[in-house]
Amino acid sequence: MLKLKKKVVLKSSANPPRASTRDRTRNRVTLVLRTLYIASALTTLVACRHSKPEANPTRGEDKLVVFAAASLREVFGRESEAFKKLHSGVGVTFNFAGTQEIRTQLEQGAPADVFASADERHMKALQDTARVDASLIFGQNEPVMIVAKERTTTIRALADLPMAQRIVVGVPEVPIGKYTLQILDNASRSLGVDFRARVEARIVSRELNVRQVLAKVTLGEADAGIVYRTDVGNHRDDVSIVTIPPEMNVIAKYPIAVVRAAAHPKLAQQWVSFILSEQGQEILRGAGFIVPPPNETIH
Amino acid sequence: MERALLILMGSALVLFLAAPLLGLIVATSFSDFTAGLANPLVWPALRLSFLTTTASLLFLVVLGTPLAWTLSRVNNRFMSSVEVLVRLPAVIPPAVAGVALLLAFGRRGMLAGWLYPRGSSVAFTTAAVVMAEIFVSAPFFVQAAASAFRRLDTNCLIVARTLGASHFRVFFRIALPLAAPGILAGAAMSWARALGEFGATLMFAGNFTGITQTLPLAIYTALESDLRAAQALSLVLVVVAFAVLLFVRFVLARTTADELREY
Repeated sequence: MLKLKKKVVLKSSANPPRASTRDRTRNRVTLVLRTLYIASALTTLVACRHSKPEANPTRGEDKLVVFAAASLREVFGRESEAFKKLHSGVGVTFNFAGTQEIRTQLEQGAPADVFASADERHMKALQDTARVDASLIFGQNEPVMIVAKERTTTIRALADLPMAQRIVVGVPEVPIGKYTLQILDNASRSLGVDFRARVEARIVSRELNVRQVLAKVTLGEADAGIVYRTDVGNHRDDVSIVTIPPEMNVIAKYPIAVVRAAAHPKLAQQWVSFILSEQGQEILRGAGFIVPPPNETIH
Repeated sequence: MERALLILMGSALVLFLAAPLLGLIVATSFSDFTAGLANPLVWPALRLSFLTTTASLLFLVVLGTPLAWTLSRVNNRFMSSVEVLVRLPAVIPPAVAGVALLLAFGRRGMLAGWLYPRGSSVAFTTAAVVMAEIFVSAPFFVQAAASAFRRLDTNCLIVARTLGASHFRVFFRIALPLAAPGILAGAAMSWARALGEFGATLMFAGNFTGITQTLPLAIYTALESDLRAAQALSLVLVVVAFAVLLFVRFVLARTTADELREY
């Protein structure tokens, strides 16, 4: 008798059941997260190893570091282009901010080679603490009043300033803020002793640098503000410029100096000399700064 | 071994976070602190920060809780986009938020025609500070509240409805109390974020003592004129924030313990 043993194969009902969609997503997410974690840990370790600065920078660009007042942003950009043509292989990096902010940074030991200030007060403070060397005035600037488009017809002279609903000025620490207060005091001599008080009653904000004042007026948020003539440059169509009478106005003096702990003292000196040279002065004049005519030295 | 590694990596971060705070405390002597507090910028800034953060928190809780509830209950593509939108302010740099607020609510902004028929705008007012604070801190609150609502046991809510409770009753008597710890934590986070807001406030509201100069703005302004005032203010800010977060933690711990005890 042939016993045909039928092999009974116990088939499972199907392939092993697939994990539910939720479980599969969760597994994928876990996998991704784990990979990310390991990757970031490795990157951190590798980065730590490579973050030591090279002891001797290879023959590449020498980078001059210039800390300058906010109002010098465009003109120093143009100066640096001309400077780089004269000194090949040199790069210039800038830090533009309100002069008082830069002064605080330098007092706290920020690394810079050159300091260009918008007033003598902050330069003198740094000289008193021996952070910078002797300084030279490289240019001057004229504060002007700017008026937003909406109020161009109503505010046409400094005397109209108290009629503005919202005036924006600089904080007293920033050069333009100090100059504004001085202008208001000067104006009080002829426009009424309460002129400054009347204007201050309309001040709605004190900005930390001159470009913020400019921004608020060009955006139309403030009716009027006081900035430097050189700042208005690209915004001539957005605001109207009102000249401040010379007998009330205060001319801003811009000193420049080499920082004592400069990493590139020779290059810094070359920059200062360039700014004071005929070419440098011409660029300043082109931007609207007040510089003495050629063949006259500045003291 | 794994434990040691975990502790090591965790401690590295903790030390990094603690160092600046310790530096602040160590660098400020007591006389510096009291001299700094005497600066005229200090008390107006403290008062203003307190007022504006309270106001923004109130607005946020009143308007944000219903939003969070809706986000947790309704799950469609539209609500997903809404959720992404609510998260956006947390990702935008604050200065960008300030500019965006100006472009929307400023005198020449998108909504200027409807909001300001007479030409002024909300910029440079305390209301603008509150608006900026709400804008930047909303994501933190709404996210936390929505998560808290999502963690609710829906069975409780369904049973309540079958027993005849109205939607309002379900929300106020069941959902809200159960989700309260999470909502409270979210409120604390958003309050802390509002307290520290700087960029958007500076751009949108301006910087004027007593009206728009909040604590962070006062610190930044003082930094450039009177370092001691900046240090004193910074310490005050850190201590106040620490105290509030500690208090919330304490309340949360107690609430959770109470809940557990009931089971």
